[in-house]
Amino acid sequence: MQRVGDFKLPSFFNYPPYFTLQPVRETREKQVQLWKELILDYCRTLKVFTIGLEEDFPLFSNPEIQRTLTHEAREVFLSALVSEGRAEWINKGHKKCLILWMRIQDWADCVLRFVRDNGLEDSVMTVEDIRSGIESRGTELEGIDRTVLMRALKLLEQKGKVAIFKGTSADDEGVKFSA
Amino acid sequence: MEARRWLPSAELTGSGRPVFLQGEVECALISAVDLEPEEDPTGTSTLRSGLLILTTHRLIWIGGSEGSAIPLGSVVHAFPPTKRSIRSMFSSPRIRIQCSVSGDGKVVDGQGGPLKSTSVVTIVMRGKGDDPDEFFARLWEVMKGRAWVATAGDVRRSVEGNAGTAGTAEAVRMPVVGVSGILRKEQEMWENTDKSLHDAFQDLNALMSKAKEMVMLAEKMRSKLLSGSTTQGSAGNDEEMGSKDMQEWLLSVGIASPVTKESAGALYHQQLSRQLADFVEVPLKKAGGMIALIDAYCLFNRARGTELISPEDMLRSCSIWEKFDVPVMLRKFDSGVMVIQNKTHSDEEVFSRIKSMASKPNALRTGISPSDAAMTLGIAPALAKEHLLTAESKGLLCRDISPEGFRFYVNVFPDLDPSNIFMIKPHSLFSVWVSTAAAAAASG
Repeated sequence: MQRVGDFKLPSFFNYPPYFTLQPVRETREKQVQLWKELILDYCRTLKVFTIGLEEDFPLFSNPEIQRTLTHEAREVFLSALVSEGRAEWINKGHKKCLILWMRIQDWADCVLRFVRDNGLEDSVMTVEDIRSGIESRGTELEGIDRTVLMRALKLLEQKGKVAIFKGTSADDEGVKFSA
Repeated sequence: MEARRWLPSAELTGSGRPVFLQGEVECALISAVDLEPEEDPTGTSTLRSGLLILTTHRLIWIGGSEGSAIPLGSVVHAFPPTKRSIRSMFSSPRIRIQCSVSGDGKVVDGQGGPLKSTSVVTIVMRGKGDDPDEFFARLWEVMKGRAWVATAGDVRRSVEGNAGTAGTAEAVRMPVVGVSGILRKEQEMWENTDKSLHDAFQDLNALMSKAKEMVMLAEKMRSKLLSGSTTQGSAGNDEEMGSKDMQEWLLSVGIASPVTKESAGALYHQQLSRQLADFVEVPLKKAGGMIALIDAYCLFNRARGTELISPEDMLRSCSIWEKFDVPVMLRKFDSGVMVIQNKTHSDEEVFSRIKSMASKPNALRTGISPSDAAMTLGIAPALAKEHLLTAESKGLLCRDISPEGFRFYVNVFPDLDPSNIFMIKPHSLFSVWVSTAAAAAASG
């Protein structure tokens, strides 16, 4: 079985037509679904948050059978994730894609659980602390993408669960968790 | 049926063209023609609005799926069409021909036997724009040519030859003895050939009358060449077989009486279409039920000799097949490639062959290319590609485009489950593929 890092690849990864965009509708639909699941699975396992269309992404080529996805195919598969709400284009040029292997709502729930588990109600933390502080070590929030975290916090702010404010340093923001 | 009894029947091909006699060539066609026998007070015996074909041997009348013919040998006299007068302006032009008939009033070939009696048959041309004078002129020309007599004579002569009786001409010849004898015989043969070629090309009318000899000459050359190639070298060689096949094609005399614009006039496309339908039968069988339009065009024109047709005429002839009851049809693939195929040709059979081909271990590993399919199916690569693309659209295959080219693999996507991407469905095509790929990886 082939591996990329800690990720085990499925058998069909060596099936050459998997790397050619199929023109027949039914076949294409199945192919797109398989790619969506593979990308999400891979990103979840290896905690990958962004995929650049023009960068080398391990899934997009298989040196074993010498096949590489075309730019068009990459865009098709990522767009399929975007249309399902499992990914978002970071910029308008569709060059970079944010992969939401957990939905923003699920990330927000993670933050609330983190606050409750650590008794952080009514206290203040910086965004950076949540991502890489001692408290988050070993939790799902460790190493979370900043954009994803901010989106989750904004969702919580709308619900009145947190308040976001400008911190002392220009590039960091503070978060006050409500009780 | 009752009405047709007074004329001998004429055999027709599957697509409604007459079956020609040996050496028979068609000269003119007119549509919407009635044939009236002389004594027919009730009008029940009249053959109404059919197609009349004038050949070198017969006047063939085709109505619906049945044909009748007046052998030109039975025609005693043909009366020119009535001159244009005020009265005839409004009636259809008529040509009357006097035929010999047997005792019961049936038209029979008057050659040989004593003439019993004659009857007059009237050809009524109801179609607009047909020139009766022109048709009459053609009829007259053909009558003068007496091609049917030549055929009858030839048959008799060949019968004598088979019986082994030496003709008088043979007796006068010098005996063939030694090298000089052989040389003299060669020389004589060349002179004869040269003479007939020379005569034939003097003018086109003469060529018509020489057609039979030309055909025989060509046939003789062909059999000589073919026998030559079999005696030289060892047989059974693949290449040799190919070249022999090729030679067969090149040397086949083809269509003795091609439909031409001149002879068929307004009926040109219709008749051409029927002739083409008859013609493609053999190449279709050889090609396994489907042949590219381009290939059929080449073969057809090759068979027609000098009477070449344009691609437009070919396409038009094929596209009007729908209107006739012919066993072939024109098919256009999604890619625009056009082919001729039997109506009974089934894609299913081709698909099952493609599927079994794509499921072989080697094909599972490396896929199949259009040229692989062409080899296995015994068809042209362009056609093979069409078949593969159709099989792909049916979900049997899927494609792989890489720097190595365009290949097709058996489609295993239906066996895959997006909700569990690591699952290998047991006994599925996918599981077969996985084990084949694993075996290849282990050995490689």
